[in-house]
Amino acid sequence: MDKQVTFNNRYLPYFLLIPQVLITAIFFFWPAGQAVYQSAYIPDPFGLKSQYVGLENFRFLLNDPYYLASFKTTALFSCLVTAVSVGAALWLAVMADRIIKGATAYRTLLIWPYAVAPAIAGVLWLFMFNPRIGLVSWYLGLLGYDWNHVLNDNEAMGLVVVASAWNRISYNFLFFLAGLQAIPRSVIEAAAIDGAHFWKRFWTIVIPLLSPTTFFLLVVNIVYAFFETFGVIHTITAGGPQQTTTILVYKVYADGFVGQDLGSSAAQSVILLLLVGILTIVQFRFIEKRVHY
Amino acid sequence: MATISLQNVTKAFGKNNVIHGINADVKDGEFIVIVGPSGCGKSTLLRMVAGLEIITDGEICINNKRVNELEPMERDIAMVFQNYALYPHMSVFDNMAYGLKIAKIPKNEILQRVNTAAEILQLQDYLKRKPRELSGGQRQRVAMGRAIVRKPAVFLFDEPLSNLDAKLRVQMRLEIKALQKELGVTSLYVTHDQVEAMTLADRMIVMNAGNADQIGAPLEVYNDPQSTFVAGFIGSPPMNFLNNLFAQNQQLDSSAQQAIDRLLTDLPTEVSATLQQQDNDNLTIGIRPEHLSLCEPPTAHLIGKVKYTEPLGAETLLYIEVQNQQTITLRQAGDIEIPAAGDSCFIRVNTALICLFDSKGKRIQI
Repeated sequence: MDKQVTFNNRYLPYFLLIPQVLITAIFFFWPAGQAVYQSAYIPDPFGLKSQYVGLENFRFLLNDPYYLASFKTTALFSCLVTAVSVGAALWLAVMADRIIKGATAYRTLLIWPYAVAPAIAGVLWLFMFNPRIGLVSWYLGLLGYDWNHVLNDNEAMGLVVVASAWNRISYNFLFFLAGLQAIPRSVIEAAAIDGAHFWKRFWTIVIPLLSPTTFFLLVVNIVYAFFETFGVIHTITAGGPQQTTTILVYKVYADGFVGQDLGSSAAQSVILLLLVGILTIVQFRFIEKRVHY
Repeated sequence: MATISLQNVTKAFGKNNVIHGINADVKDGEFIVIVGPSGCGKSTLLRMVAGLEIITDGEICINNKRVNELEPMERDIAMVFQNYALYPHMSVFDNMAYGLKIAKIPKNEILQRVNTAAEILQLQDYLKRKPRELSGGQRQRVAMGRAIVRKPAVFLFDEPLSNLDAKLRVQMRLEIKALQKELGVTSLYVTHDQVEAMTLADRMIVMNAGNADQIGAPLEVYNDPQSTFVAGFIGSPPMNFLNNLFAQNQQLDSSAQQAIDRLLTDLPTEVSATLQQQDNDNLTIGIRPEHLSLCEPPTAHLIGKVKYTEPLGAETLLYIEVQNQQTITLRQAGDIEIPAAGDSCFIRVNTALICLFDSKGKRIQI
């Protein structure tokens, strides 16, 4: 049964809704509308007047090799971040679930990185791997490896992936730990009596029973990698070297605010808006249909 | 086929001792029920046999082979859990075949064994279903099937029927009993339900706070309880306990005093001899509800007042307050006219079947 809330004043409910509506309107609808509007114009260099060009911005984008490359970069980046963060979180959760002594301490420590903002995380990793002053790169140098992510695109991609994934592990860890603890102990014990060793149980019992959690995390992490890793990319590589770590979100910023190509940037925003929409639908569809045993 | 022997088995969680040394020998093919109230350590004892709990001290042998250090899978046992513990993502067939697949048994033999078990348990039509699509009783059968197909030396049951409704429980109880007799597999069965224990067991272990108070065949335990705990736990309603029945300084009216005197003279000579030897005040007299009967005033052993009655159809239970505000239960055939609540009533005791217990609740053998 739905709860029917009644107000004495018929205007009060609208009044109470105003703050949220205002925030959504000012920070979401208005910019989104602006983006759609601007994507059909090319402003002059001084921003004094704009020329209507219809879908020209989109046509240009879809023929721009850099933009298409950015799609590929984003796909690769998202897959890597998701794989690393989900995989590492699962491993940590299984280990944290196994230990008995100091379990709470481990769990608390493993949740901490979630409190670090992506930009800060980026700076942390940047300092560690800075080719000149970074501690890790210095040790790598001692081992005979010349680390320089400013020049090497694979190293750059690796670093942003690791930094983004690290920031996300805690979140995934929490879900996996909850998922693991939701598996009845007796089921695991039954499998042990049936003759399954730890890894056999892991693959045949634990992983299948965690699959709803895993699938949920895959979707959520892809969305994260797509849209929330701007801070990491910006602080560590600024999209470089040679745009090899420029993901779509970063390109919107780079083209619009650095390159001053507002029309193209707006068109990219619209494309991203569509992507978010699709991913959100997938996400909601999935959450509704979540498999329950 | 296997024997199990427990030698001075103890269990401690940290500094907390929960099982204080259990000794028991289980013969091949025997159905042993471990019964006791919640928290008495019965499940822990079973889990130690299964290898799911570490044995703090003592020794458990299966087929004369020490198993203390063996993993559950190396002990040749199968266990049925209270919540069934089925693999929720697998079909009924896969649930039963899981252990066999791990044991690398050939496919056609797995098929044959699972089908045989399904036939015994009437699960043929459900082999493709997932556990969530089954009723409680069917899930319980699948859990049993999973145990049967592996042909283990020992079955362990951990309160397998307590999640079922009362009617189904009675039915499954019979099925388990029949199945165990048919397969002849040595079984340990944990329950808190004394009716289950009485009906299933070849022998039962009555546990109380980490100790085995008595081990024996159901009727032996019922008729010859070794402690007030056993006498009170086995049997429903429990045995009546009366304290200070023969104390000298009681303020009784003349008819009550006459009744007590009559009881004293009617006691078997061994009992009255023991009563005279021991300090009367610390003795407890135990008598089962069915060994009391209503009678005419001139033959009464006890006089009391009916507090309330429970007509159950075939029998009627009377709760009667006798001297010293002690309440006793009397079991009476259902077709006999019974006094109403508040009435006085006259009780005759089958004195030959009285049990005596000392101040610590231990049985005094006569």
